Amino acid sequence: MNANPSTVSYLEDKKGIWNWLTTVDHKKIGLMYLVLILGSFLVGGILAMLVRLELISPGEDFYSADTYNRFFTMHGVVMIFLFIIPSIPAALGNFVLPLMVGAKDVAFPRLNLASWYVYVVGLLLAFWALLYGGVDTGWTFYTPYSSEIQGPVAMIGLAVFILGFSSILTGLNFIVTIHKLRLPGITWFNMPLFLWGMYATAIIQILATPVIGITMVLLLFERLSGIGIFDPSMGGDPVLFQHFFWFYSHPAVYIMILPAMAIVSELISTFSHKKIFGYKAIAYSSVAIALISFLVWGHHMFTSGQSRFAAMVFSFLTFGVAIPSAIKVFNWLATLYKGSISLETPMLYGLSFLFLFTIGGLTGLFLGTLAVDVHLHDTYFVVAHFHYVMFGGTVVAFIGGLHYWWPKMVGKMFNETWGKIGAVLVFLGFNFTFMPQFIAGFRGMPRRYYTYGEEFTVYNVLSSLGAFLLGIAFVIVGINLVMSLINGKKASKNPWKSLSLEWETQTPPITENFEVDPVITHGPYDYDKVEVQ
Amino acid sequence: MSSSFHVAHHFSDAEQQRESAKLGMWVFLLTEILLFGGVFVAYAVFRVWYPDMFYNAHKALDVTMGTVNTAVLIVSSLTVALGIREIQLGRQKQCTRYLLATIVLACVFLVIKYFEYAHKIHLGQLPGKFYTFDGIAGTNPHVFFSIYFLLTGIHAFHILIGISLLTWVMIKNMKGHFSAQYFTPVEITGLYWHLVDLIWIFLFPLLYLIG
Amino acid sequence: MKTFIDWLMPESASTISPQVDAITYFIFAVSLLFFFIIVVGMIHFVIKYRRQEKLEKTSGVDHNTALEIVWTAIPTVLLVVMFVWGFRVYLDMSIAPKDSLEIKVTGQKWFWTFTYPNGYVSPGELVVPLNQPVKTLISSKDVIHSMFVPAFRIKMDALPNRYTVAWFEATKEGTFPLYCTEYCGTSHSKMLATVKVLPYDQYLKWLDDASSSMDGADPVALGEKIYARNACNTCHSIDGSSMIGPSWRNIWSSSQNLSDGSSVVVDENYIRESILYPQKKIRAGYQGVMPSYQGLLKENEIEGVIAYIKSLEDK
Repeated sequence: MNANPSTVSYLEDKKGIWNWLTTVDHKKIGLMYLVLILGSFLVGGILAMLVRLELISPGEDFYSADTYNRFFTMHGVVMIFLFIIPSIPAALGNFVLPLMVGAKDVAFPRLNLASWYVYVVGLLLAFWALLYGGVDTGWTFYTPYSSEIQGPVAMIGLAVFILGFSSILTGLNFIVTIHKLRLPGITWFNMPLFLWGMYATAIIQILATPVIGITMVLLLFERLSGIGIFDPSMGGDPVLFQHFFWFYSHPAVYIMILPAMAIVSELISTFSHKKIFGYKAIAYSSVAIALISFLVWGHHMFTSGQSRFAAMVFSFLTFGVAIPSAIKVFNWLATLYKGSISLETPMLYGLSFLFLFTIGGLTGLFLGTLAVDVHLHDTYFVVAHFHYVMFGGTVVAFIGGLHYWWPKMVGKMFNETWGKIGAVLVFLGFNFTFMPQFIAGFRGMPRRYYTYGEEFTVYNVLSSLGAFLLGIAFVIVGINLVMSLINGKKASKNPWKSLSLEWETQTPPITENFEVDPVITHGPYDYDKVEVQ
Repeated sequence: MSSSFHVAHHFSDAEQQRESAKLGMWVFLLTEILLFGGVFVAYAVFRVWYPDMFYNAHKALDVTMGTVNTAVLIVSSLTVALGIREIQLGRQKQCTRYLLATIVLACVFLVIKYFEYAHKIHLGQLPGKFYTFDGIAGTNPHVFFSIYFLLTGIHAFHILIGISLLTWVMIKNMKGHFSAQYFTPVEITGLYWHLVDLIWIFLFPLLYLIG
Repeated sequence: MKTFIDWLMPESASTISPQVDAITYFIFAVSLLFFFIIVVGMIHFVIKYRRQEKLEKTSGVDHNTALEIVWTAIPTVLLVVMFVWGFRVYLDMSIAPKDSLEIKVTGQKWFWTFTYPNGYVSPGELVVPLNQPVKTLISSKDVIHSMFVPAFRIKMDALPNRYTVAWFEATKEGTFPLYCTEYCGTSHSKMLATVKVLPYDQYLKWLDDASSSMDGADPVALGEKIYARNACNTCHSIDGSSMIGPSWRNIWSSSQNLSDGSSVVVDENYIRESILYPQKKIRAGYQGVMPSYQGLLKENEIEGVIAYIKSLEDK
C-alpha cells in the first residue's frame, strides 16, 4: 500500500457497506451492478437447468406442465431483463466507459446510483413474483393470455417497467458522458470502439425502452381495470400488443448484442496486438444496426396475419441489418491478419464469439426469409438461433470482457490455466446444447413444449446433456474468478499490453481515475506506431 | 473558474456542467416523447378501426374546459420562460414570482381536469369494463374512454411531477442558490415543463376536436 | 447429399414444401460457405500469426477499399436473392387458389376442431383430399394459438378476433402431425391434431360416414369415442387420477364438493350442465378452465358421454 492518499485505489478508499451503498463512484456502482447481475445469471441458469432436466425425455417426468411453463417463463424474464440487458452496459460499461474517455466519472453520478437502486427495486419485485409462484406467460407476455390468467403478471410487468427505467438512465448517462466528458485529444474517431458500441446501445435504450414501459403500463391497466385495449372481447386487439412489444424487444436484441460486439472489437485488437481493421466501418455499422433495428419488429409476426406488403417490407429491412453485421465479422477477421495473436483467456472468448455469432447470424438468414420463416417460426430453430446470438454472442463476450477487465477491477489476476479450461468448456457445452436444437427445429419441434414426440428425443437428450456440461463450465469459470480474489497474483497496470486509456491508470484505479488528466499521445489501436511497455 | 463553488468534481468547468445537464434533459425528453408515442399509436389504430364511434364519443368531452386548459398551459409556458430570463439577468425575486405563477397555473389546470374527470365518472363514461354510460352510438365506446383516461392521466401525472420540480426549484431559488452564473436547474425544469405543455397541445385537438 | 436433405427437413407432403425446401438448402449452402471461410480464416490466422516471444509493432494496415467493397457487395447480392426468392414463395403460400375447398379451423384451449362446408365438425382430425387445394380459415375461441403442419411447411396464428388464412395442396397420402405453436397455457404441448390425406373418393366417403355415423351407435361406445375425439382426455382421466380436471372414474351418483362450498350429486343434469356451461358449478380444488361444448356436441353425443361416465364405475 502506498501511503500517499491520492494513489489509494478506489477499493481501499472509503470502505464499509454504507460507503458502498451511497457511493457515486462509477467503478463501485459498476461492481455493485456486477454482483446483482451475476446473481441473476445464476438464478436464470438454474431455471435453465430445470427446463432442460424436464426435457431430457419426451413424457412428463419431474414436475407438472404448469411448473415447467413457469420455469421457462422466469428463465426468460430473469435472463433478459435482469441479466443480459444490463450486463455489459451497466456492469462493465459503468466501470470502463469513464476511464476510456479519461473522465473522473460519468456525467451524472447521482443519477447513476439512482439507476442502480431502480434496478434493485425491479429485481426485488421480479424475484418476489418468482417466489409468489411466478408467471407462465412466456417472457413475451402475449395478450390475451397474459391479461386473462391468474398469477402475479402485473407484478412482473411492473418489474419490467422499472428495470426499463434503470436502463434508460444508464443510457442517458452514457450518451452525455461520451458527448461532453471526453478528454481533449479523444475525438469521435479516435475513441475506442467500445464507446461507439455503448453509444449505439444507449440510443436504443433511450428510444425503445419507453415503449416497453408504456406497453407494460397498458398491460397493467388491462389486468387491473380491464381497459380493453388488447382484449378482443372488448373491441381491443391482441396483435397490437405484439407490435408494441416487439417495437421494443427487437431493438432490445441489439441492446444486448451491440455491447458484445463492442467488447469483441477491444479483445480482438488487443490480443492480436494490431490496429483494428476498418475502424469507421465498425463504428458506423454499430449506429446503422441501432437505427435499422427500429424498423424490423414485424419479422416476429410473419405468421400473425399481417399484410403481405408489411411482411415484405419487414423481411427486406431484416436483411438490411444482416449487412452491417457481416461487415463487422469480416473486419474482425481482417484484424487478425498479420497480427501478433496471443490466446489468453479473454481472447479465447473473443474467438468463441466470432464462431458462435457467425452461426447465430447466418441462421438468422433462414428466419428473415419469408417462406422459410413460416416453417421455422416458433420452433426450436428459433430457440437455438437466439441463444446463439444472445448467449453465444452476448454472454460469451460479457464473460470475455469480464476476464479482460477483471484485473483492472479487482487488482488480481485469475488463474490462466483454469480460465482457459473454463473458456473451452463453455464453448463446447454451448454448442453441445444448442446445435441439436437447430435440427429439432428444422424437423418441426415447436418451442415451449413440456412434452414432445418420440422422434425428437435424441436432439433433446443431447441438448440436455450439453446444458449440464455448460452448467459445469460456468461453475469452473465462477470458482476461478472467486479464487483470484482470495489468492490471485497482484495484477500489473497493463497485463494485456493494451493501448487503450483505461490501462494507463494504476490497477485498480484511484477514485478519481487518473492522478492528473492524461495527455493523449496515441490512439487506442496504434499498435503499429507505439511500443507498449 | 468563476463559479467553481457549483461545479461538481468531475466536470472541468461550469460550462461543461451546464451543457451536460442540458443535453441530459433533451435526451430524457426524447424518452418521454416515445413513451407518449405508444399511447398515440394506440389512439391512431383505434380511431382508424372505429372512426364513427370516436367522432360520437368525443362529443362527450367538454371543449370549453379543454380550451381553457390549453390556454392555461400556454400561459404557464410563457411564465416559466420569463422566469428563466429573469434568473439569467440575475433577478431572483422576479424569477420566484414567475415560477410561483407557473405552479399556480399548473394547479388551475389540474383543478379543471378534476371537474372534467368527476363529471365523466358521475356519468359512467369510464374506461373498459367500468363503462356504464349508454348515450354514445357506435361500437365499443369504452375504448375511446380508455384512451382518453390513459392519455390525460399519464399527462396529468407529468403535470404533478412538473409541479414538484418547479416547487423544488423555486424553494432553492428563494434560498439564493441560483444566480446569473448558475441557473441550470431552472433551465432544465423549464425544458421539461415545455414538453409537458407541448404534449397537451397534441392531446387537445386529437381528443377534443375530432371533426 | 440427398439423404442429408431428407434427414434435415420433415417429410415433404404439399405442393409448397419442395419450394420452401429449395430455398432452405440454398441458404444452407451459402451459410456453410461463409461459415467455412470465416472459421478457416480465423484458425489459419491464429496459427500463422501466433505471438512470438517478443512483442513487436505490427502492421498498420487498417483498410483495403477493394476488399471491403467485395465483402459488402457479395453478401448484399446473395441477401437480395434470398429476400426475393423467399418473398415469391411466400406469395404462393399465402394466396389460396380460387377453387379451394374451405375448412374452418378453430383453436381453443387445448384442442382443434375442423368444420367442413356441410357443417360437420371434426375434432382433432383434419381429413383432406389428395391433390386438391384446401384453404383453412383459422380462428381462436380464447387466446392466440397457431396451426403448424411441418409436412406442409405451413403455419398460421389463430387469433380470437379475426380470421387468418393458410392453404395447402397435399401431395402424399398418409397422416401428418399438426401442432399448436403459439404458447397457450398448461397443455400447450398437448394441443395436437392429425392431418389425414385421403384420395378424393375416399375423402368424400369419409365425410359422408363421419357426418352420419354418430347417429344410432351404442351410447357407451359413442361416449368413449368422443372422450378421445374431443380431447376430453387432455384434462379428465378415466383411471381415477386427478389431472387438470377431475377424473371420470367412480364419480357417477357420488356427491362432490364445489368451489363455492356447496355440494352436488353427479347425475345426468349435472354432467349435461358441466358440458354446456362448465363455469356454473366447479368442483372444489379445480380451476374453472374448461371451455363450453355448446354447439360442438350433438344431443345424442352428450347422452353418449353421460352413458360412458356411468360405465366407468368399479362394480
